[in-house]
Order: sequence, then structure tokens, then C-alpha cells
Amino acid sequence: MRSKIVLILFSLSFFLFTCESKPHRQGEILYLNFCANCHMDDGSGLAGNIPPLAQSDYVAQNQEQLACIIRYGMEGPIVVNGKTYQNPMAGIPELSEFEIANVINYINQAWGNDHGYVPLKEIRNSLEECKR
Amino acid sequence: MPLFLVILLLSGCRQPDRSLPILSKAHNENGVMVYEQIPDFSFIGQDSNLVTNATFAGKAYVADFFFTSCPTICPVMARNMLTIYERFQDSTKLLLLSHTIDPRRDSVARLAQYARNLGVRSDKWFFVTGNKDELYEIADDYFNVVIEDPTLPAGFDHSGRFVLVDPQRHIRAYCQGTDSLAVKKFIEDIETLLDEI
Repeated sequence: MRSKIVLILFSLSFFLFTCESKPHRQGEILYLNFCANCHMDDGSGLAGNIPPLAQSDYVAQNQEQLACIIRYGMEGPIVVNGKTYQNPMAGIPELSEFEIANVINYINQAWGNDHGYVPLKEIRNSLEECKR
Repeated sequence: MPLFLVILLLSGCRQPDRSLPILSKAHNENGVMVYEQIPDFSFIGQDSNLVTNATFAGKAYVADFFFTSCPTICPVMARNMLTIYERFQDSTKLLLLSHTIDPRRDSVARLAQYARNLGVRSDKWFFVTGNKDELYEIADDYFNVVIEDPTLPAGFDHSGRFVLVDPQRHIRAYCQGTDSLAVKKFIEDIETLLDEI
């Protein structure tokens, strides 16, 4: 009986632990499916051609733009960490605002990033402003 | 019987002869196996220079097929090619050859920009464009499939294989260019081949 309790407690703690270490599970899955092809699993981008999302000053300084970039894409040169990038990015129209929020909150905490938490309401406001 | 098993086990553990097989298609010519070679080609590189078989004379090279605006597998392939480039940067025996499959958009200038952005030397890693039919045809010789498919977001369906060609124009190894583990193994194959040259 006692060993059973220990076992249950152990499994429970394991479950809690895994939950805690993966707080942005859906965001991570969406990131790997929709973003990692270009920005890479580790957010490092591709030397000179695709900007990084990890340790990126652009991501840090343009938090309110991210939702619109994900939905509608982006064209024209941008400067990230002092380097200019020219390649256009395609939008991902199939992501809902909820999914966009999850992706952004994953990116904001992944690979050593720490850009805080963006609530769904702010994502909604951003998307309302850039609505096409 | 147990002794036999031990011998069998030991022989199974023996290091195999580390020479890469020839993977090119072969046919029998009067009892001799003749391996097909990579055919003659002539493309334009990122320095507006002619890139032909002669460019790779006496050297091994890794070939792949991509396009600069590819949103799917190409960036990961490029990163893995970059890993190969960096690993063999100082070797005079290995070159890299990336063919665009989108010659309409990938002009020489655009390829030059792409290569410059990657920060690679243009006499080590060649980015070539040329006649579309010739590019698509030679993809087949490099074990790659390229199909134009307007229903896809980028308009092309293509396989992302890296292919290792020896100085005799024979294919000696290949791997899936998007799979970093496979690429790691492929790098070992390149080392094996370079030891032969």
C-alpha cells in the first residue's frame, strides 16, 4: 500500500514537473510546424538571409508588431542586431489569434529570450489595427 | 558450436573496409560493370562565371538543389550545407555546388546576394543558375526530384538530398539535407572519400 502511494506521488510529481518545464506546448508545436523551417528550431535563423528570433533586438523592440507579421508576412529590408535582411516573409493566414498568441508567447520565452507575457487581448488589438 | 558463434561475433565486430561504394547507376558492358557519370553541364555561377565539370576536376563535391525564396526545406538545407562548408573550408579537395530550381527569379545577382549573405567564398561554394530544363534534368542524375507544382505555396516540389560526387564523376554517398543527424554521418562519408583522393 505504502509503495503504491509513493509510486502515485512520484508519478504526480513527474507529471507536474513536465508540465512546468513546457509551459508553451502548443506554441512550441505551432512554431516547429510553421516557423522553424526558416527561423530554425533554435531560433537562430539563417546566416545573413533569415533573421534570428533568439536574442533578437527586433523581437524585443517590436512586440506589438509580431502578431501582424505572423498573420500578414513582411517585406522590405529590416535591421536585426545590426544586420540588414532583405528576403520577404510569407504570412501564415491559417493561424487563429489564439494560436498566434501561443506562438508569440513561446518565442518570447524560448532560447533564453525573456520578453514577458503578451495577453490575448493585446494580440487582438494589434491584429485589429493591421486588419486588411 | 560456441566457438563458431564467437568467431562469427568477432568478425561481425571487425571494422569494415572504410571505402565508399559507387552508388551511380550501372550497366553491364561485355561483362564489365560500367557506372554512369554525372553528365557534362554548363551553368552560370554567382560571379557570372561559367561553372562546368572542369570547375570540379580532380576534386570531390557536394551537390544540392534549392531556390532562394523557398519557404519549406531550403533554409534548413542551407544551414546544413553551411555546416559542411565550415567543416571543409580549408580542404582543397572538396567544393560545394547548389543549383537553383527557380532560374526565373534566382538571377545571378540574387544568387550572389544570397551567397554573400551566407558569408561564403565564391570559389568554394558555387551557386548556379542556367537553362531550366537542363537544371531539372541534371537533378535526376544527382538522385533529386524536381517538379513544378503551382498548387504549392512556393510553386515547386523537390527533394532535398545532398549528393557526394567523386573526381571520376561518380556518386559515392547521399543524405537527406534536412536531417542534421544524417548530415553528420554524411560528413564522415566525405572524410572517407577525401582520404582516397
